[in-house]
Order: sequence, then C-alpha cells, then structure tokens
Amino acid sequence: MFLENLIARVLPADWVWLAPYGATAVIIGIVFGAVMTAVAYGILVERWVAAAIQNRHGPNRVGPLGLFQPIADGLKPLLKEEVIPARAEKWLFLLAPALAAMTTLAVFAVVPVGPADDLSGPIRFIVAPSIDVGILYIFALGSLAVYGVILAGWSSNSKYSFLGALRSSAQVVSYEIPLGLSVLGVVLVSGTLNLEEIQRQQEGTFLFGWNLFTQPLAFVLFMAAALAEAHRLPFDLAECEQELVAGYHAEYSGLKFAFFMLSEYVHMITVGFLTAILFLGGWHFPLLATHDSTYALAWVVKLGVLLAKVGFFVVLFMFLRWTIPRFRFDQLMGLAWRVMIPLGIANLLVVVVVKQFDLHPIWMTAGSLALFVGAGLFHAVTVQRRIASPRRVPPQLAGV
Amino acid sequence: MPIDPKEVVWIEEPKIGLLEALYIPAIVNGLKTTFKHAMQPPVTLQYPEEKPTLPPHYKGVHRLNRDDKGRVKCVACFLCSTACPAHCIEIEAAEADKADPNWADRDKYPSRFVIDELRCIYCGMCEEACPVDAIELTTLYNFSELGATDSRKQYLFDRDKLLSIFDATTKSGADPVRTHMGALSIASEPGETKAGMSP
Repeated sequence: MFLENLIARVLPADWVWLAPYGATAVIIGIVFGAVMTAVAYGILVERWVAAAIQNRHGPNRVGPLGLFQPIADGLKPLLKEEVIPARAEKWLFLLAPALAAMTTLAVFAVVPVGPADDLSGPIRFIVAPSIDVGILYIFALGSLAVYGVILAGWSSNSKYSFLGALRSSAQVVSYEIPLGLSVLGVVLVSGTLNLEEIQRQQEGTFLFGWNLFTQPLAFVLFMAAALAEAHRLPFDLAECEQELVAGYHAEYSGLKFAFFMLSEYVHMITVGFLTAILFLGGWHFPLLATHDSTYALAWVVKLGVLLAKVGFFVVLFMFLRWTIPRFRFDQLMGLAWRVMIPLGIANLLVVVVVKQFDLHPIWMTAGSLALFVGAGLFHAVTVQRRIASPRRVPPQLAGV
Repeated sequence: MPIDPKEVVWIEEPKIGLLEALYIPAIVNGLKTTFKHAMQPPVTLQYPEEKPTLPPHYKGVHRLNRDDKGRVKCVACFLCSTACPAHCIEIEAAEADKADPNWADRDKYPSRFVIDELRCIYCGMCEEACPVDAIELTTLYNFSELGATDSRKQYLFDRDKLLSIFDATTKSGADPVRTHMGALSIASEPGETKAGMSP
C-alpha cells in the first residue's frame, strides 16, 4: 500500500514495524477531517436546500456564493459564552456533548468510506478493515449515542430538555427494533456482518445484485427507522422547536451546542453511508465501477460513485425535512410498534423461507412487495371499517 | 349546557384507498412539490444590490408640489396638519405680497412647512385632505439617500427640502399616481377653480 510503504521508507530500519500504525493514524486523520468538512458543508447545503424550497437565496454573503459560511459558523461557537445553568449537574452536563460527538464519530471506524478492497489507491478507505462485527458495532455505538441525549436532557435541569430527552429515548429504543430487523434481512442474505463483504456480494449482474431490488421493503423500513434514529424530520420530536424550544440541548451554548449539532449531522452522513453500502451496492455501479475495472484511477471513480450515492441520500433527507410534517408522538410510536416491527418480522420470515428452500432471489422481491401492498390494503380496510362503525354513533343513524 | 343534538353536524372522515394507505405515493407527491419549488428562482430581492420597483401609489417620503409658475403650490390652509393623525406637520402661514405681480393671485403661502418624517406614519391622509394637491407621497423611501443619516434633526424636512424632492421626482419621472409628470388633477387647476368655484 502506497501510504504504508511511504512511511516505512521514512522510518529508520528498527522502527519499520510502526509503519502500519502510522498509516492507520494518517487514515484516521483523513477520515476525521473529511467527516468534519462534510458536516460543515452539510449544514451549508441544508440551508441552501431549505432556502431553495422556500424560494429564498440562502447564505450567500460570506465569500463567493457563501462558500466560507461554514468557517464563520465554526468560529462563532468558539467565541460565544459557555453557559452552564446554576442548577445543572455539572459533570454530566459537560460529559453529554462529548459522549454524543464521540459515539457518532467512532462509527466511522468500520464504515468503508471508499473502495476499501481496492488497494491501488493512495490510502486504505477504511480505518479498521475486515471487522467481522461491523454492523453490530455500529448499532452498539448508535445505542450509546442515546446516552448523550438522555444525560444532556437530565443534567440540564430544565423541563424542556427533560421532555426532549424522554421523547428521544423512547423513540430511539422503539426504532432500533425495526432498524435491526430490516438490516437482519440483509445480513441473512449476505451471511456476514462485515460491511465490506456485504458490499462485495452485491456486485451481481448489472444492477440486480443490489439489496434494494431483492428487499425493497427492508430498504423502506431502514430509511424510515434510520431517519428516526438520526432525529431528522419527520421524526425530530426530541427537538421540535415549536413545543420544546430546542429539546434536549435547550440549555447548551457555544462549543457544547456545536458538538450536538455535529453529532446530528455525522449521524445523517453515517445513515447515508449505511444506506448506500447495505442497499445500493456501495461503490459498485454497472459498467463504470465494478470489481474488474482495472483502468488507471479506477479508485477515484469508485470513490466518486459511493460519495454520489451518499450525497443523494443526504440531500433526500434534507428534502424530506421540508416535505413531510412532524408526527404526533402517538403516531410515532404507533408507526414503530404497529407497522414497522410486524412488517420487519414478516420480511425476515420471507428472507428465511427463500434462503431455506434455496429459491430464486426474485421471490424475495415478490414477497417484499406483497407484504408492502398487503399492509397498505390491511390499513385501508381497517380504516374503512372504523369509518363505517364510529364509536360515537350519530343520533340520526342510531334512531334516537 | 349540552349542545342540542340537532345542532351537531356530523362530518364523514374521507375514505382512504390503497394508494393513500401505502403512503409512499403521497411522499413522492410531496417531494414533487418541494422539488418544483427548489427549481423556481428565488423571490427574495438582494436589497442593496437589487432595488424593488415600487407601485406609483406607494406611500413614501412627502413632497411639496410647485405650480406652473414654480411657486410653492401650498396655500397654507392647515387642512393637512389638521387631518394628520400623527401630528407631524407644522405650518406657519404668511401673507402673500399683493404688490408683487408674481404673487398677485395668491393670498397666503407657507413661510415654514416642516414634516417630522420619523413621526409620520405614512397613512396618506395629508394628500387626501389637501384641496390643491400640494402635498403628495412619493415612492422614495431611503432616507440615507435624502441626506438623513446620523441625527434625528435631519429627519425634519422643511419647505425647501420638500420642494427639492418635488424637483427631483419630477425630473426622474418618479411621480406619484395622482399627478403624472407634473400635470395635476382638476381641483387644483387654476382655470377650473375660477370658473367652477366661488372664491
């Protein structure tokens, strides 16, 4: 590998064994820097998208086209006063943003941020390659991130923060189940928890190796549950401005607030990567970027394909924010427990049956779609029945 | 007191079909709307660089009109300052010099005419009240371009200032809707006044 050889050449002979560690450290630095830049510009893009949808201009004053806005936004929290409420639990109050930022950033250790198995590139596009519990690790850290939210809400000693944290914990606990169920289908098909391996197995004929085509229902469930995990609209009840001021981070200011903002956007980018890798074949694109493409700079094309897919999902999340209004809390819980979890289990059953009897993967697609349409039909029929027999009967119908 | 059952209007919940129950078509429809808006050009004006084109009936800074001889048209009748709900117009009248042939047809004129532009609420009652169309609201709104920058005293626009605004707006063609390019309405035309009204 280019980077490792370079470091080995620079080091004295006795220290050559340090080269892989040095290379990993450099990769961590690059990935960290890239994620931070992506977050900074993600906020700018979010504001641009919001402005475009509302027929406004958006930020365009700092630098050409407003491109230096993230720098201004990053410097501002550094200069702001750090307020710690007098009645707050000080150490937990300080711990919460650190926990939120650390757990979301640590997820990137196992996420392939580029063509991880293509060694022709200058660096390895994954911090920790071949981790066999990759998805498990991501979910474990995702659950840990809730601690940041709960600690922030509780230690601020404010009713709004507390309510936001309560909502958030209930929401994350509920949505982790459909999230896990939808990914479990993919894991069953691939037979591994390793993200690189899952990606590799999707390189089928043309596009149809992608899990999106074999498990469309799991894809929809994953998208919805992941949006809820990332606290994006329409699932942002933990921080809904109209009801809770700002939710769990209402009492935070300055850099500590910036950490929460950071963790939220890192989460969104993680979700983009996971969707692209689990369901859209990662950097794979037929004819353009496959395992056999050996032309010069193939790794650039592969990286570009992966980042384009991630970017598409991130922008889609931003569009969804202005498209769907926020759920009511009982609707949110009902969606998770009454719709997504049963559907996830049924979808898992379809995958298991197809795997057990070695059927063609097209049966998975068919079963998935049948479940989706069936759920719609069931909903339509039950709603129809509820309309036909309301709990309070109009007097003219009851014969009063 | 319970509501009389006869007055209760029962509304049917709209029936939901398969397509609505699937939700995805609805979300795609919503995305279509947001995408359509995202493609439209922004309606916001980049203000200091782009200036709005205001309608001619916009109520901005006042002006005092001149008649065809270039004299101040105001006859110092005090109707505008009486009508003004904000009490921002201050007038001092003076007797016109009958010996001067230029002023022979006039009885009074304002020796002092001050409008406090900060107190004014831009309601347009003064131009409604004026019998000779002497006071009008123009489409100008930027006081820094009119010399009022750093002190409240600069917002007290006197007679000469208001006349100079008339000269500037007439020259640039930015006349208000009631008078176009200096031509005034019938009530203020001198010939009509003589013929139709008792002096």
